[in-house]
Amino acid sequence: MLRLMTMVLALLPVLAQAQVVTDAVLDNGMEVVVIEDHRAPAVYHSVWYRTGAADEPPGASGAAHLLEHLMFKATGTLAPGELSATVAANGGSDNAATSSDYTFYYQRIAADRLELVMRMEADRMRNLRLTPAEIETERQVVIEERNQRVENNPGALANEQGMAAQYLNHPYGAPVIGWMHEIEQLGYPDVQAFYDLYYSPNNAVLIVAGDVDPDEVLELARIHYGPIAPAPDLPARIRPEEPPQRAARHLVYSDPRVAQARLWRTYLAPQRISGDQRDAAALLYLAQLLGGSPFTSVLARDLSFDSRIASETSASYWGTSLDATTFRVALTPADGISLDQAEAALDASLVRILEEGVDEARFERLKVQLRASEIYAQDNAAGLAQRYGAALASGLTVADVQDWPRVLQEVTEEDVMRMARAVLVPEHSVTVHLVPEEE
Amino acid sequence: MLKRIAASAVLVLAALPLRAEIAIEEVTSPGGIAVWLVEEHALPFVALEIRLRGGANLDEPGARGAANAAMWLMNEGAGDMDARAFAERAEELAAHFSFRAGDDALSISAMMLSENMDEAADLLAVALTEPRFDADAIERMREDVLQSIARDRMSPGAIAAQTLYSMVWPDHPYGSDSKGTVESMSALTRDDIVTAWENTVTRADVYVGAVGDIDAETLGGLIDRILGGLPAAGPPGPPRVEYTLAGGTTIVDFPTPQSVAFFAQRGIAIDDPRYFAASILNTVLGDGMESRLMQELREKRGLTYGIGTALAPRDLSALMIGSFASSNATMAEAVGLVQEEWERIAREGITEEELEFARTWMTGEYPLRFDGNGAIARILVGMQMIGLPADYVTHRNDYVNAVTLEQANRVAGELYDPEGLHFVVVGQPEGL
Repeated sequence: MLRLMTMVLALLPVLAQAQVVTDAVLDNGMEVVVIEDHRAPAVYHSVWYRTGAADEPPGASGAAHLLEHLMFKATGTLAPGELSATVAANGGSDNAATSSDYTFYYQRIAADRLELVMRMEADRMRNLRLTPAEIETERQVVIEERNQRVENNPGALANEQGMAAQYLNHPYGAPVIGWMHEIEQLGYPDVQAFYDLYYSPNNAVLIVAGDVDPDEVLELARIHYGPIAPAPDLPARIRPEEPPQRAARHLVYSDPRVAQARLWRTYLAPQRISGDQRDAAALLYLAQLLGGSPFTSVLARDLSFDSRIASETSASYWGTSLDATTFRVALTPADGISLDQAEAALDASLVRILEEGVDEARFERLKVQLRASEIYAQDNAAGLAQRYGAALASGLTVADVQDWPRVLQEVTEEDVMRMARAVLVPEHSVTVHLVPEEE
Repeated sequence: MLKRIAASAVLVLAALPLRAEIAIEEVTSPGGIAVWLVEEHALPFVALEIRLRGGANLDEPGARGAANAAMWLMNEGAGDMDARAFAERAEELAAHFSFRAGDDALSISAMMLSENMDEAADLLAVALTEPRFDADAIERMREDVLQSIARDRMSPGAIAAQTLYSMVWPDHPYGSDSKGTVESMSALTRDDIVTAWENTVTRADVYVGAVGDIDAETLGGLIDRILGGLPAAGPPGPPRVEYTLAGGTTIVDFPTPQSVAFFAQRGIAIDDPRYFAASILNTVLGDGMESRLMQELREKRGLTYGIGTALAPRDLSALMIGSFASSNATMAEAVGLVQEEWERIAREGITEEELEFARTWMTGEYPLRFDGNGAIARILVGMQMIGLPADYVTHRNDYVNAVTLEQANRVAGELYDPEGLHFVVVGQPEGL
C-alpha cells in the first residue's frame, strides 16, 4: 500500500512537464490561457463568457441559452450558419454550451486553422445581427430541445422541481434552458440586451489547447480580439443570496412515465473559493467516500451489500460554481423496498458516517486514485481546456486550477468530517421522490 | 473574404501529410496474439482496447441477455476476491477496467498506470479467467438489468429503436435487446451465465490495440498475461441476415408531448467498394449541422433540436438509420420532409459543391479523431476488426478524395430507396 503510494507520488514531476500552461491578459481585459499538448496536430479554441442563466433578469429564463443558439446566425460579415459551415469545410467541429455561470463556444480543428476560427469567434463577440425571423425559428428549436431533454423525461422534470425548491432566492433555482412559458415569450429585446451587456472581451476568457505555440496564440489573440473595446459598465457578478434555510423540503413528483421509483437529496453546499479550496476538496472526498464506487463506498456497503435496500447508490459534488452549489446523494430502491424505507436507511447511513468517521484504508486508496486521475485527465486536451474555462468563468484563477491536485492531496480525514457535519444538515436539503404514481 | 480564406485553406489541407506521428507497430506476442501498438511516452499510462468477436450474438436460445450479464459481472469478483475485494484491488492500482457485450463482440477497455502495469494486467487476467459469479452478485445484476429494461419500456427513444430492430431482424439476435427480456432475465441461471462466459471470453477471434507508455516487447508479455489463459476456440455465431423490411410507417402510441422517430432502410456492408461514396452521401444528407436534413428540419423550420443519419453496418447485416424528435403536432410534417429528401437524393444525387464539402469535412475531421491514447486504441482495434491494413490511416483520405461526382450519384441511385424507408414513431403524432 505505502510502496504504491510512493510510486505514484513520483509521477507528479512528470505531470508538471506534460501540462505547460501560459496565462496572459490582453490590454482590453480579455484573459488568455494556452495549454500546450503536442501529441496531435489539433487545436481546441474556446471563448468563455462570464455570464450564464443565473444572470438573466427575472421572467426571462432561457435568454442566455437562446442567445447561445443565435450566436451561430448572421454577423456583419458572416451569413447565418457560415461560421459552423466554414469550420466543417475545414474538417473541424464546433459547438457551444450554456450553464448557470458561463456560456462557452468552441471549435476543434487542425492546428494550422487556429487563426481562421479565431477571426470568426472575435467577429461574433460584437457583430451579431439578430433578426426577428431567425429568433422565431430558433426559439422553436429551443422548445424542441426542451421537449427532448426535459418534457419527455420525468427525471429531468423532477430535478427542475427539486432545484427550484433548493434555491429559495438565488437564480440557480431556474433551469438553464428556461421555463417553457418563459421561453415561449422570449424575444429580440431579451437576447439583444443580454448580448450587449455581457459579450465583451473584459468579460471573456480565451482558452486554447493543443499543438500550438503560446507566443503565436497570444499574437493572434492581440490581432483578432485585441481591437474589441471593453464594455465600460460591466455589472459585478452579485446575485441574490440564499437566506438561512430553515426547513427540510420533501417533494413527491409523480408521472405515469416513471418506470422505476428513485430518490435523491440535494444539500446546499459551498463552492470552490479562490485561494481557499480546501473545503470544496474535502467535499469531493466526501462524495467519493459516500457514493463514488458501487462496491467500496459507504452507501453501497450499507444499502446494497450489507442490506438489500438499494440497487444503485451514488453521491456527487461539483464545486466549480460562482455561488453556493449542491451536494447530492441518490438511490434506486431494490425490489419490494418503498422510497420511505429507502430514505430511512439512507438517513441511518449518513448518521453512521457522521458518528464513525471515514474508513482510513479507503481514504488512502482514494488519494491514490485522485492522483492517478490527474494523469488520465492529461490524455484529453479538450477536457483540460474545459477544466480551466469553467474555473476561470466561476471566480477561480489559473493558480487555483493548478493548485487543485495539491489541495486534494492535503485533505485530511478531519477535513472530510468537518465538512460532512457542515453540509449534511437536513434543514438545508431537498429530498425528491420520483414515483410512477402517487404513493 | 472569409469564403476565400476557407477555400484556400481547403487546398492546404488536402496537401497536408496525415498525422505522420501515428506510427503503428504490428506486434505478435510470444503466445501468438497479434497486437497493434502506438508508443506514446508523454504520459505514464497505457490504454488497452480488446475486442473478442462473438458477443451477444452468441446468446443461446432462451438465454437472451446472458453475455451482457456475464460482462456486467466481470467487475464483481474473481479468484479469491469477492466483489468488494476486487474493487479495492483495482482502487489500489488506480486501474480502470470496463467490460461491455456488444452485438458482434465483447469490448474490454483498460487504463493502467505504467508504474504497476503488471499487477493491473494480472488483475484483469483473473477477472477474465476466474470470474466467481457469486449468487449475491448475480442477484444484483439481475435487479439492475430488469430495472434498466423497465426504464427502456418507458423511454420513447428506446421503444422506437427496439421496435424498429425487431421489425428489421425478427428472427435474429440483432432483433432483440442484448440486455434480454423480462422473461429471459427473470429465468437466467448461473449456468446460463457460465455458458455465456465460456462461449464469448475466448481468444478465437481476438483484436487488441494498445497506446501509451509501453514498448513492443513489454506489451507482448503483458498481452499474454491478460489473454494467454483464455480458451483458443469458441462456438460459431449466427448466420448473416438480409434486410427485408418494407417501407412504411409504424406508430407506437405513447403519451408524451414530443414524438420520437427512428427510420431505416437497407444498408451497405463496410467492405462494399461503394462504402466511401455512401459515406459522402450520408454526410450530405444527414450527418452534421450542414446536412440537408438538419437544414430543412431545424434551421429553416425549427421542427427539431437535431436529426442525424448513419450508415450502420454490422458484422452480419447492414442498414442505414436515422432519428429525430419533434412535437406531436409537427411530427407528420417532419416525416414528410425526410421522405422528400430521401426521394430527392435518390433521384438527383448531390451537387459538385456538396461533394467537395463532404470530402473536405471528412478528410479534415479524420486526423482529429486520433485524440488521446484511449481514442487511438479504439481506432486501432476497429481497423483490425474490419480487416484494414495498418497503413490504411495514411491512405484513407485518398480513398475519400477519389470518389467522383459520377460515382457518388450512381451510388445514390442504387442505395437510397424512398419506397423502402420505414419509420417507427413513438408518441401521439397528429396526422400520421
